Amino acid sequence: MDFELSEKAIDFRSQVKKFISKNLTTEIISKMHETGTFNDKSFNESLASEGLLAGAVPGYGDRDPVELYLLFNELEKAGAPYDGLAVTMLVAGVINAVGTEFHHEEVLNKLLSGKHNCCLGYSEPDYGSDVASITTKAEKIGNKWIINGQKMWTTMAHESDWVLLLTRTNSEVPKHKGMTMFLVPMNTPGIEIQPVATMASERTNATFYDNVEVEDQWRLSEVDDGWSVMGIALALERGVMGGTNPAVPLLKHVINWAETTSSKNKSLMINNALMRERIARTAIINQVGQLLTLRAAWIAATGGMPGVEGSMAKIYASEEYQKVVGWFQQMAGAEGLLSFGAEDAAASGWIDYDARHAPVTTIYGGTSEINRNNIAERHLGLPRSR
Amino acid sequence: MSADQEAIQDVFSSFFAAQTGPESVRNSMPLGFDPKAWERLSETGAPGMGVSLPAGGGASLSDLVIVAEEAGAQIAPLPIIDHVVASRILEKLNALESEILTGNLIAGLVLRPVENGIAKSVPTGSIANRLIALDEDKILLLKDEPPNKSLPNHGDLPIAHRGIKNATVIAEGVEATSVFKRGLHEWKTLISAFLVGITRSSIEMTVSYVKDRHQFGKPIGSFQSIQHGLADLPGLCDGARLLVNKAAWSGDREITGEINLTDNEISDFATLSSMSLIFAAETSLQATDRGLHYHGGYGFSEEYDIQLFYRKARAWSQIINSPSDECLHLADLLLEDKEG
Repeated sequence: MDFELSEKAIDFRSQVKKFISKNLTTEIISKMHETGTFNDKSFNESLASEGLLAGAVPGYGDRDPVELYLLFNELEKAGAPYDGLAVTMLVAGVINAVGTEFHHEEVLNKLLSGKHNCCLGYSEPDYGSDVASITTKAEKIGNKWIINGQKMWTTMAHESDWVLLLTRTNSEVPKHKGMTMFLVPMNTPGIEIQPVATMASERTNATFYDNVEVEDQWRLSEVDDGWSVMGIALALERGVMGGTNPAVPLLKHVINWAETTSSKNKSLMINNALMRERIARTAIINQVGQLLTLRAAWIAATGGMPGVEGSMAKIYASEEYQKVVGWFQQMAGAEGLLSFGAEDAAASGWIDYDARHAPVTTIYGGTSEINRNNIAERHLGLPRSR
Repeated sequence: MSADQEAIQDVFSSFFAAQTGPESVRNSMPLGFDPKAWERLSETGAPGMGVSLPAGGGASLSDLVIVAEEAGAQIAPLPIIDHVVASRILEKLNALESEILTGNLIAGLVLRPVENGIAKSVPTGSIANRLIALDEDKILLLKDEPPNKSLPNHGDLPIAHRGIKNATVIAEGVEATSVFKRGLHEWKTLISAFLVGITRSSIEMTVSYVKDRHQFGKPIGSFQSIQHGLADLPGLCDGARLLVNKAAWSGDREITGEINLTDNEISDFATLSSMSLIFAAETSLQATDRGLHYHGGYGFSEEYDIQLFYRKARAWSQIINSPSDECLHLADLLLEDKEG
């Protein structure tokens, strides 16, 4: 196995690094944490104008998945606002896979400009992990569809021009076979967005659809084929598009803090044996997270669908991230509770922030339990348990 | 994996399955070494495969990792890893004997600092005819008949304390020391691969057990609690294998690697071999622990194989260092310019 990146990939990564050091200001990072919107359109637009965004669409053009991984990994390590971008590029990848010419022109090309965002409308108040049971209804009347229902966790809805919306179009067939996916323009009358605040400052939304009328051309793939579109979206999402190295920036903040902070015995925290053991273990976790993600990218680069491998990377990185955050928050004692801007906050508040953020990472994008079901059934060959 | 490496895997996977495995482990107790299987292995030329091509070997560290994983998958009671690493060190120090390459003599490593002329708990201590040790900046070679009697131990390894007062100094100085230390990194990398083999087999045998074993009228593998306990393991096993492969890749390169925590870019061999050992060890403990548990009471009985894997995993995980000490060693590498 060659762990050396290709020259093309190394070149791409250095372009991304250069871009980040030039364009990612502390103002951008503070703004994302103040507003809770982890998306910055002008940053995205600059990425596009540097020609780096086309590489962010899975399966698009001549970019390979390793470059896609590199882009998001660099953004993640730098603490850049990339959540909105990841979802947007995921939708771009789905359009690239199953979209019509109309979708390419009307949506994909615009997404590649960095000026526009998309959000995901899968979950509902009563159906999260059991997403195939959703009830938001789309009814065809003439050449139009009338949509009614409610979606939860439509993060970035307030920044988006389109929502990738999973709807129920047939209740007479088994639930997986009666759903249809749409790309719905967010400015369509009848859509209402309500913000949902979270414990980690990140804003998400509930969205309401009241007799929302869309032309048939906004349908993505065949009627009742929504579940297979979901399958594509999930395989693209897990693993490769960021989220598997969250403890890299955390470790940087923690080391900086430990080098400048005294522990109870007056010696620096960095000399504390438990601290050093945990730093070492975190560095291993970061390497393994990277390797599992790269493996998923390698599989995708050679034409495979890394569904199970993506699940492995996702479970590993998110579960370990929570463990690591817990270690360092506890080691920081009372100061580990202090937030951004508070005097004496451990690691300038990053420990508190990461401890607030970590719980959602084993929930969104497929809970650990859903990913374990996936591995148990599709990799270990154990019988379906639900 | 290259075509050559696939061939290596085929050959050694069949060899260790046919000649070693749980039965050979049981039959070789209490010594912890199967001399017949070693003879068979010597016939394949494996004991000499790690030295340079001109000396009759030619296997890279990446090739050896494949052999080590297959040995681990069958918990082979053979000192192949110690032996191969020792032969690589001896070649570099111009102290290689042809009988080591043929496997007639068994060579091993003293993994820890020598105390008062005694090498304690050497994992090849009861069977090695040659032992290499580092004492300050001197490399010692002990040529002595082995005791052929092991200290009773958790993993049924051929462990013994060995007096090395009769050892001769074969090299000294900075360069010789670094040859020995590099050997320890190779040892860590290969033992990690052995542990990955243990993890892999434990997952396989447990998955197959939970598909067969019925309770409440169903295979216990249909219960979600058991599925989820098992579902974490393949990712850990694959992650450990990737890390071990990366360590071997860095060890095979001629250039010095880097350590960059901020960027999560690590290609330094010493660092990666230490990371591999810590992670492969932890993973093997978890896989064998869950594996034994899902076998129920049978897993605890001598008759079932999982308990052998459970004990071997623990033995190889801490024979060189306690996991905490290995972590502290790793932290020193990672935070080199920082006090410790």
